[in-house]
Amino acid sequence: MLAALVAAGWLKPGSAWAQAWNKAAFDTHDLGETLKALGAVEPAQSTDIAFVQTPEIAENGAVVPIGVVSNIAKTQSIAILIEKNPNPLAAVFDIPSGTEPALSTRVKMAQTSKVYALVKADGKSYVATKEIKVTLGGCGG
Amino acid sequence: MADPMKIRASSAGDSTEVKVLMSHEMETGQRKDAKGQVIPAWFIENVTVTWNDKTVLSAQWGTAISKNPFLSFKFKGGAKGDKIIVTWTDNRGDKRTDEAVIA
Repeated sequence: MLAALVAAGWLKPGSAWAQAWNKAAFDTHDLGETLKALGAVEPAQSTDIAFVQTPEIAENGAVVPIGVVSNIAKTQSIAILIEKNPNPLAAVFDIPSGTEPALSTRVKMAQTSKVYALVKADGKSYVATKEIKVTLGGCGG
Repeated sequence: MADPMKIRASSAGDSTEVKVLMSHEMETGQRKDAKGQVIPAWFIENVTVTWNDKTVLSAQWGTAISKNPFLSFKFKGGAKGDKIIVTWTDNRGDKRTDEAVIA
């Protein structure tokens, strides 16, 4: 069922795919499941993906700046995953041709965690990882 | 209705840099209120940025995006005076569209 949903989602053309909200992927609780739901089971480690303006240590987990730059040709999408968050998937950005595969945003982190930048380019998946230490979590209440 | 977004778009060389600051609670659904009741998730799910009717960025967001979300990116093209339109939709079906002129 899940596989079918993912396959259906993934086969749609880029624009239609981006308009929908990938509930199956956002609802996952485990990094492996998230990658599977995104159709990226074993992404290749890549040094062509860089984190920019991203801290080593975040004092406030509620607001952690994350910038990702992909130097991989034909980058189609960039996803940000935070391994130790209740739901690892934070965001998926669809990059149309003409838009630079570089963006920045701010995320919440529950605790110190590895952060993954997952890039899809020419149908293949690539990933880069950075650990961010959090001194005050962003999901308490 | 949510407060307006702050959008800044500036053209430099052959590309345009867009910076957007949205006004949204981005409630995770993980927190509890004083009575111990879970505060339901309330967050922006989709963001679309267009220039001259062309989508220059579209995003799907989860609850991990910070409150009052910030986004910045660059695209090729865009001239001073062109319009940039940003639209978001949240999980309650609320929607907000704002525009800015490239400076």
